[in-house]
Amino acid sequence: MTATQETSTEPAREIGRDRRRKEDQRLITGRTRWTDNITLPGMLHMAMVRSPFAHATITAIDTTEAAAAPNVVAVYTGKDLDESAGVLINAWPITPDQVTPAHPPLPTDRVSFAGEVVAVVVARSAAEARDAAELVDVDYEELPAALDLKEAAADTVLAHPDLGTNKSALWVFDSQEAGTGGDVEEAIAKARESGVVVEREFRQQRLIPAFMEPRSVVVDPTGEQMTMWSATQIPHIVRFALAATTGVPESKIRVIAPDVGGGFGGKLQVTPEEWMAWWVARQLMKPVKYTETRSESLMAAHHGRDQWQKITLAAEKDGTVTGLKVELLADLGSHVAIVGGGVPVLGAFMFNSIYKFPAYHFACQTVLTNKAWTDAYRGAGRPEATFAIERIMDELALELGREPLELREQNWIRHDEFPFTTVAGLEYDSGNYEEATRKAKESFGYDALRAEQQQRRESGDPVQLGIGISTFTEMCGLAPSRVLGSLDYGAGGWEHASVRMLATGKVEIVTGASAHGQGHETAFSQIVADRLGVPFEDVEVLHGDTQIASKGLDTYGSRSLVVGGEALVKATDKVIEKAKPIAAHLLEADVSDIEFSAGRFSVKGTDQGLAMAEVALATFAAHNLPDGVEPSLDSDATYDPINFNYPHGTHLCAMEVDTETGQVKMRKYTCVDDIGNVINPLIVAGQMHGGLAQGIAQALFEEAVYDDAGTLVSASFVDYLVPTAADLISFDVGHNSTPSLTNTLGTKGVGEAGTIASTPAVVNAVLDAIRQFGVTDITMPCTPERVWRAIQDGTAGAKDPTTGAAAAHFDPATDGAGQSNIADGTEGAGQ
Amino acid sequence: MIPTQFDYVAPGSVDEALAALAQHGDDAKVLAGGQSLLPVLRMRLNAPEVVIDLGKIDALREIRDEGDTITIGAMATYQSILDHTGIKGSLRLLHQAISEVADPQIRHRGTLGGALVHADPAGDCGAPTLALEADLVIQGPSGERTVAATDFFEDLFTTAVGDDELLTAIRFRKHDGWGSHYEKFVRVAHQWPIVSIAAAVKVDGGTISEARIGLVNMGSTALRASATEAALVGAQATAEGVAEACAKAADGTNPPSDLNGDADYRRHLATVLTKRAVLKAAGG
Ligand SMILES: Cc1cc2nc3c(=O)[nH]c(=O)nc-3n(C[C@H](O)[C@H](O)[C@H](O)COP(=O)(O)OP(=O)(O)OC[C@H]3O[C@@H](n4cnc5c(N)ncnc54)[C@H](O)[C@@H]3O)c2cc1C
Repeated sequence: MTATQETSTEPAREIGRDRRRKEDQRLITGRTRWTDNITLPGMLHMAMVRSPFAHATITAIDTTEAAAAPNVVAVYTGKDLDESAGVLINAWPITPDQVTPAHPPLPTDRVSFAGEVVAVVVARSAAEARDAAELVDVDYEELPAALDLKEAAADTVLAHPDLGTNKSALWVFDSQEAGTGGDVEEAIAKARESGVVVEREFRQQRLIPAFMEPRSVVVDPTGEQMTMWSATQIPHIVRFALAATTGVPESKIRVIAPDVGGGFGGKLQVTPEEWMAWWVARQLMKPVKYTETRSESLMAAHHGRDQWQKITLAAEKDGTVTGLKVELLADLGSHVAIVGGGVPVLGAFMFNSIYKFPAYHFACQTVLTNKAWTDAYRGAGRPEATFAIERIMDELALELGREPLELREQNWIRHDEFPFTTVAGLEYDSGNYEEATRKAKESFGYDALRAEQQQRRESGDPVQLGIGISTFTEMCGLAPSRVLGSLDYGAGGWEHASVRMLATGKVEIVTGASAHGQGHETAFSQIVADRLGVPFEDVEVLHGDTQIASKGLDTYGSRSLVVGGEALVKATDKVIEKAKPIAAHLLEADVSDIEFSAGRFSVKGTDQGLAMAEVALATFAAHNLPDGVEPSLDSDATYDPINFNYPHGTHLCAMEVDTETGQVKMRKYTCVDDIGNVINPLIVAGQMHGGLAQGIAQALFEEAVYDDAGTLVSASFVDYLVPTAADLISFDVGHNSTPSLTNTLGTKGVGEAGTIASTPAVVNAVLDAIRQFGVTDITMPCTPERVWRAIQDGTAGAKDPTTGAAAAHFDPATDGAGQSNIADGTEGAGQ
Repeated sequence: MIPTQFDYVAPGSVDEALAALAQHGDDAKVLAGGQSLLPVLRMRLNAPEVVIDLGKIDALREIRDEGDTITIGAMATYQSILDHTGIKGSLRLLHQAISEVADPQIRHRGTLGGALVHADPAGDCGAPTLALEADLVIQGPSGERTVAATDFFEDLFTTAVGDDELLTAIRFRKHDGWGSHYEKFVRVAHQWPIVSIAAAVKVDGGTISEARIGLVNMGSTALRASATEAALVGAQATAEGVAEACAKAADGTNPPSDLNGDADYRRHLATVLTKRAVLKAAGG
């Protein structure tokens, strides 16, 4: 596939065009700068020794044999580290009294999850480092581990005995206290008397982001600035955190995120592996590299979700909702990660969703356990919220005997009510839930599928049909800095862009967003090509290197286009404004007579004009500029949004359930999303389809399972089931656009929408098919076994946690070869 | 992930390979398509000092049509088996099962011989090999011997092939006139079966006259559902006719429990899937 189509002299409008992505050829062929592709002269390699225990005292570490192994340069343990090793920060203490365990890159005396790094071996080759890592002898004394979230919340076993509690922070929002609504207890009490109260508890299972490129880091300690290449989403934040914790001045640090193969939030982190590479390189004054294996990635890169959600919904008998109370337990894992406890807080404003609840209360208790630390995963907080509200709206409909879509419509914000301030205090700027729903129903064939469902039920078909609904909204485009500040987040939410006009008329644009697969290079080129009237091919997008993109807050929270794109628009407009007096001077006209359109500066009412490229060349030559005008068109802008933006959509899913085996099969998936104006429909389709796949995966396939000892069982892709295209159907993805009013492009975030919306649609559909057997709930993922048991036992079988061993395809204990087996318990499967 | 260091030899003939095995004994491991061995080495679950690659022995890749039988060289890849028209016509059960192994990349590398010697009870190939009553040809220092499929699988990852021996070929009698169906049950496409059923039946005038049922992932080896096989003889080839026989499919099995299902669920699946497989095999 070629990256570009045709080059035209008079550029067509780029925005709205389905441009093939410029970056794909190099990304797909791998002939590019993935971090692991980087090799530096004299570079050393690191291998990690990881704890096989969830919780244990380190009584001794003997490194002598490893240190004596061929070509080993050094072996380090926690005791060797000094202050210059820094610490791993939590940037969002959600309450002033949050309990936050210290988080050095290596522990000295105690491990707190299985997979934690306890020693680092440095050797001349990666293979020698790995071999020697097997020779490090660590003595552990096992401690009881806090594994189950509810038990951990009761402090029965402590994840960090020195802290005296597992409870990290309790974060509360109450609409009455905030002045955004009424008293939820009153609403519930009233509903108990004369209305209806629905109380449910839902489980958000633990997930693993499972990005395609494992994490990798290279550090070069030589040169004026020390350089770290890292497969990260957040080069700017990594630079800041290194400076803040290792004592190296920020001006001496360069962080580069070269091409990065996916993240989904999983690379929004500061990691022990990065911090160790930094420290080791400085100790030895040699470049070092570390690339994790897939097993290490699954075990020790941060996980996502993992909550218990207790939801109480109050309504009147006619179905009008009157109050919503949300009580969460959120599993932090062993440490409070960089955003960590903030993830559920991002969901706090979204449980009320598109519905007009007059009273709302949200409380989240974050809890430390002896499992891998959790943090952002695609949607971060909002999928959890959407799941809970869309599940319980179905429960309310059932309770009242109402058609679930109608009940939703009765309660949602009507089109003519925007802008609307919600009970959580957010102002939704735009949307049209009626229209999205109408289109979705039509395209889905809602009525025909309902009829088929009825017919299958009546005929007792072994394959039953269920229909699931999710009318979601989300807040994204992180974020107004003031709002982040009011939530005690450690940074702002602005974004920066600059535009450099080159002498030849080509354009370099620099963005502080840090793409890792999203297609920024293409979409941003389209925006600038239109704005400056230059060909798409002439725009180069630079990012991800703090020396080039010196300012930025990186990519997450569906922010790059809606915040970064707006910064780019502003910088581009400044270029035009700077060019106008120069063009006027060259054209011997008055500035007020200069008009700019389609890449040309022209004098009003004449046929005189100059192309952008001509003005750029004249500015570069600087031979004939007006007095007092600097010889540069380059401009930059930093943009801080005034509000989040609020994509929404109606998602409808039909699932077939084989009642004899429990097998579930997707029959149809239709969504009509409002993501405002679309810059590139192909990229949007990619984000929607991929996002849906990830949300559906939570409903049906994925779960990080730990056993009773705290060992990750789903530690390879044999057992952690990431679906592929072969497991999904082609989704029917449509749009209904109401432009966002909070940015001039009118765009809304699309990166997380599919993931946020789809999970409850799928689970609602599965349940809709099997409620007839007495099933009231089913735990995710809806595996065939779970579905079958649910059908067998009514509600009883459906709530069991996943147990069992990993599949035994590569079981060391049973390898039939009769040869010495040197299995290292810390290194499960890995392909 | 990086395996431990090993020496590599690539003999040009079966005799040379056997000599290498004799020389290195327990320290050696045979490499076929590498689709199970390489993960094992990379995860450091096994650390042979020598890897003996059979990849250069062309004779082992041959597939020969011998009239009543088809003999598949141990090193024939899944894909070459799928591409063989004789197998597609006369060994449909094997063909169908192999078409559902993993994905195209793995099928272009993995071999039937490697899969059978690896003897993963969740592997797709053991059950059709049992149901089609193949003979397995083994060569060792003292010459060649033939082992019936029922005697080949001994335990989890353990077969009749000794440490100093090689599997060289698998011989199948053509099954023209038999109906067959492979019913694989998975959660995602690229997965080993949670349970699968390999069914071959002969039907005369609506009545089943012979039946062979192979089970995948219902014990420590691939198995035959002998109670069901016996009960199917004489049964009408209808849903009601086969129901009772298929309900015995899990008799005597000891299936594993893992994240995809507990043993009792697998037992239940085996009965449902056997019924489906037998009906499809009988009905075409
Ligand atoms: C991602 C993935 C998915 C998979 N999915 C499936 C699936 O869905 N279904 C399925 O059935 N399998 C699956 N497999 C396994 C695959 O089928 C393997 O190819 C097969 O099990 C081994 O065949 P091979 O030729 O690759 O053998 P190798 O891996 O080279 O060898 C396997 C074992 O057999 C021994 N061996 C090989 N040949 C001989 C011989 N001629 N004589 C003596 N010993 C020998 C080797 O020493 C080794 O112990 C999957 C594998 C992977 C990596």
